[in-house]
Amino acid sequence: MAKAELMNYEQALEKFEVVIGLEVHVELNTNTKMFCGCRNDFGDEPNTNVCPICIGLPGSLPAVNRKAVESSIAIGLALGCEIAPNGRFSRKNYFYPDLAKNFQTSQYDEPIAFEGTIDIEVPSGAVYTVDIERAHMEEDAGKLTHVGGNTGRIQGAEYSLVDYNRAGVPLVEIVTKPVYGAGAEAPELAAAYVRSIREIVKALGVSDARMERGNVRCDANVSIRPHGQEKLGTRTETKNVNSLRSIERAVRYEIQRQAHIIANGGTITQETRHWHEDRGITSSGRPKSDADDYRYFPEPDLVPVQPSNELIEQIRASLPEKPAERRKRLQGEWQFSDLEFRDVVNSGLLDELEETVAKGAKPQAARKWWTGEIARLANAEGKDVADLAITPADVAELATLVESGKINDRIGREVLQAVLEGAGNPAKIVADRGLEVVSDDGALQAAIDEALAKQPDVLEKIREGKLQAAGAVIGAVMQAMKGQADAGRVRELIIERANA
Amino acid sequence: MSELTPDLVRHLASLARIQVTDAEVDRFAEQLSLIVESVATVNSAVAGDVPATSHPIPMANVFREDLVEPSLTQEQALSGAADSDQGRFRVAAILDEE
Ligand SMILES: [Zn+2]
Repeated sequence: MAKAELMNYEQALEKFEVVIGLEVHVELNTNTKMFCGCRNDFGDEPNTNVCPICIGLPGSLPAVNRKAVESSIAIGLALGCEIAPNGRFSRKNYFYPDLAKNFQTSQYDEPIAFEGTIDIEVPSGAVYTVDIERAHMEEDAGKLTHVGGNTGRIQGAEYSLVDYNRAGVPLVEIVTKPVYGAGAEAPELAAAYVRSIREIVKALGVSDARMERGNVRCDANVSIRPHGQEKLGTRTETKNVNSLRSIERAVRYEIQRQAHIIANGGTITQETRHWHEDRGITSSGRPKSDADDYRYFPEPDLVPVQPSNELIEQIRASLPEKPAERRKRLQGEWQFSDLEFRDVVNSGLLDELEETVAKGAKPQAARKWWTGEIARLANAEGKDVADLAITPADVAELATLVESGKINDRIGREVLQAVLEGAGNPAKIVADRGLEVVSDDGALQAAIDEALAKQPDVLEKIREGKLQAAGAVIGAVMQAMKGQADAGRVRELIIERANA
Repeated sequence: MSELTPDLVRHLASLARIQVTDAEVDRFAEQLSLIVESVATVNSAVAGDVPATSHPIPMANVFREDLVEPSLTQEQALSGAADSDQGRFRVAAILDEE
């Protein structure tokens, strides 16, 4: 499978308008599955969280998880959707071993939530309104492992092994309407949209929202059409894009691939494409099935869901602050510039920062530590900041130690490194290692005497107004005291001497 | 109502994962046409303002609380499987979606 020929991105945007559509699947973090009492857990022994209902044994009857319905309503409301007064489940029929029932229980013509809208800010600061078509409830499928062949992928596989632990886990699928007008920012918009959905479901507490575990998954529809053409182009649906970065890359790749084909007189095939993270390409999958092919029909074993107005209003009243509003509030409270704040948001460190400030750090100091030194160390180790062994409480303590002058920035970085190595919290490390800055005048004066003995003309220069001459003495004192001298105090003392 | 052409029968067969001979395609096309026509007759007997009945008993909101109930053991789960390996159901590789 070769890398397709691509048109240069800028050129593609000059010739074509980009239209995207996004389908995001959110796995709910209920205790149990959508239609049975099996545990909804990640990483258990295969086929240990299964029962006659979720492996489709004859005679078994499903029952809807109340909590999953309430979580779905919460998601719908958070996306500004209407909640359907009458919702039905439907069977989506297909034969594939990831579900043992030969159908997926889903919703078809009566989704629980529809017609919403959400404002998405992209890294440039531009804001786009994305219209939500629907959010519906369904069940997740089991996990297939392809065995034989060479790569574990389906091509060349001899057989497949199926684990149904995930089959029946509640999902909410959120589908956007076509999104126009993002132009060159369409890839960033796609990623920012999925980031927002993640933030929302995390804030609602209805999903663990971990993309690497597949809690949030995205299928990206991309089509292009010549500027000014009314008819939409043929779209492709790229699956398997499971990180924010890959969403951005996959959309950009599809734009460039389709542009090359159309510009050379070809046509786009309506199909599913797979994203390959390692090679940064998409490859052709099966031709996209028509909805007709799934032969949807109402699920006879489940009665309709008719949420009362009281329930809907009760859930609406319990919704947390909207992420966009929270961001506006925090930026105001912290008095960050747009650039500073965007930097924090784009680094995904808002929660960490908020907690650090709550533990007593000044906002600017908290920002500096998290987006500066900590992000740098994480990057150097190829890790996520979230995976480093440091808590907001540690950072708040560190920032307070620096703020109060007990340690300086350089020692602070050293303490940070020690925290990451598991040496304890910052205050303990400073105490254990005797890192506190020396601001005791007696000790400082002795070190200044020693330094001046080697550079006797410094005081004279200062008296002549060359204050920068003090730098050499400060440097020597810092060195003699292994960086633990209070540099500001040393400077004051030298100038006092010169003017004595 | 689309006509039940031989191609449509073959498409339905492939969706249902069954192999059909040419003779069967012709036979099924005839039989399925009859079924579709019969359903169309029922459709024409109902005025447009009658809502479709999906559930004969007027009942809604039957829920389960989100409480864990015992699952099967792995041995029990796999006991009816035609084949299994490493605690998983073993099935023929199907070249389709991934
Ligand atoms: Zn089950």
